[in-house]
Amino acid sequence: MSDLVSAHEPTPLAHQFDDLAQQNHADDLGIWLFLATEVMFFGGMFLGYTIYRGEYEAAFAAASGRLDLFWGTLNTAILLTSSLTVALAVSAADASRRGRLVLLLLATLALGGAFLGIKFMSYYHEYRDGLMPLLGLPFRWPAESAREAEMFFNLYFLMTGVHAAHMVIGLAIMLVLLFKAIGGGLLGEYSAPVRILGLYWHFVDIVWVFLFPLLYLVGTR
Amino acid sequence: MTEQSLSFRLAIGVYAALLALLGLTVWAAGQDVGRWNFVVSLLIAAAKAMLIMWVFMHVRHSSPLTKLVIGTALGLCGIGLVLSLADYWTRGWP
Repeated sequence: MSDLVSAHEPTPLAHQFDDLAQQNHADDLGIWLFLATEVMFFGGMFLGYTIYRGEYEAAFAAASGRLDLFWGTLNTAILLTSSLTVALAVSAADASRRGRLVLLLLATLALGGAFLGIKFMSYYHEYRDGLMPLLGLPFRWPAESAREAEMFFNLYFLMTGVHAAHMVIGLAIMLVLLFKAIGGGLLGEYSAPVRILGLYWHFVDIVWVFLFPLLYLVGTR
Repeated sequence: MTEQSLSFRLAIGVYAALLALLGLTVWAAGQDVGRWNFVVSLLIAAAKAMLIMWVFMHVRHSSPLTKLVIGTALGLCGIGLVLSLADYWTRGWP
């Protein structure tokens, strides 16, 4: 990928493209094709969740009520803010504003880190309260609906865990881009990587935007 | 390279709308309207997703081909969901 090199290259245009506009279009299409596969990936899990929610409505509502709504809402707000900062970072890169780009990438990294910190803290609380039916750990729930509640928590840990893994990957790439930006790269015509990562980050945000109501807002809260 | 860039004002405006929708969805979850809670929360989530995609992800500036790819992915997901639910919800086995 020749458009990942620094600004010391003579041109960001790869040889197989006629012009930069065509290359940018190919980049755009490429990342969206990848995101389409990610939609299928998460879609499968959402489908499984939907089926079981239909079957075990009451137990799901009760289980959802045990999740911490405050931290879940805060995490949603944090991720929405990170989408703002990354969108502004893309604009800054496009406008060759190096200082702004670095600052906004840092802000996005900080917000992403905060999200993960809160998530892992929540996981710890769920573990401590006996709500983590994984790896043979004890699951504390009234016997008559234990199986159904366990399904909810399995889905919760699976879906938020896979989501968190996606965030870690996104943050790792963002860290690499941060260093390139500090070094003066990724500006103007070379800003494609920032734009592409931005699309990935927005997708991760959208997944959480759906996860939040489906996991935290099942019953009346 | 300069495609239409995202203006600061529009970005902030969309961000404010997203936060407002977040507040709305949390408030709506506190109202007991039975089955409709699910529908409302999904609609609000879809609205947020549409805003993020249309503005932050520049879909409004994307080529028709890209829009087709996005629409197809969502459409196929929808088909998978509808057919699966049609299976489960019409079983009626005891």
